[in-house]
Amino acid sequence: MRLVAIGVTAGAFSALFGVGGGIIIVPLLVVAAGFGERPATGTSLAAIGLIALAGTVLYALRGHVEPGHAALVGLPAALGAVGGAALQQRIGTRVLLLGFAALLAVIGVRLLVA
Amino acid sequence: MTTVVIALAAGLAAGVAAGLFGIGGGILFVPVLTLGLGLSQLEGEATSLLAILPTVAAGTWRQHRYGNVRWRTALVIGVAALAGVEVGIRIAEALPEDTLRRLFGALMLVVAAQLFWSATRRGNRFGELGR
Repeated sequence: MRLVAIGVTAGAFSALFGVGGGIIIVPLLVVAAGFGERPATGTSLAAIGLIALAGTVLYALRGHVEPGHAALVGLPAALGAVGGAALQQRIGTRVLLLGFAALLAVIGVRLLVA
Repeated sequence: MTTVVIALAAGLAAGVAAGLFGIGGGILFVPVLTLGLGLSQLEGEATSLLAILPTVAAGTWRQHRYGNVRWRTALVIGVAALAGVEVGIRIAEALPEDTLRRLFGALMLVVAAQLFWSATRRGNRFGELGR
């Protein structure tokens, strides 16, 4: 029952924001379902695949999905993610992470005030 | 042509960041699609969900090989999410474009704050989120 609640919440969050929803699924699995961090992260990814697939289909039925744009951004991103994950094992990411967080904050503020 | 190059470069950069920092791609794809490629906020969000699928599939495969995926749990969450997805889309469609964009901007600030928090502490970041 808890998993169903997590699923409904995550689905609404994902569709409303156009994101996978890992930011809420992972802590919910840890806190509400007693998962450890690693299984929570792995299981969340698999769930996100299903959620994003559902979101894509239901949005596409309403004509809101641009497949060409998705391919242009999504395919190089999949390659980049493999490289990024490999890089993570080799370098310290703390300073990079701070810079990245600052970049996200700047874009967030821009979207808020634009 | 310029747009294609921007999209490919931004996609690659977003993927590297996602892999490097362990975050999803969507939080980056949406601004790339809206600010970079000129989609509306609603189209950008809808298209982002398709764009994250290859990255998520690759990540899931890796996590599966590490033995970190509990498939039954993922399946229950995924099926239950269908109802939530429908609700989320209706809300997104009903909201004015400006409001949807500002909501997304606020989400980016939350993610940024979470990353700052994790960068300034040792240990895992996801475990801390729930405390």
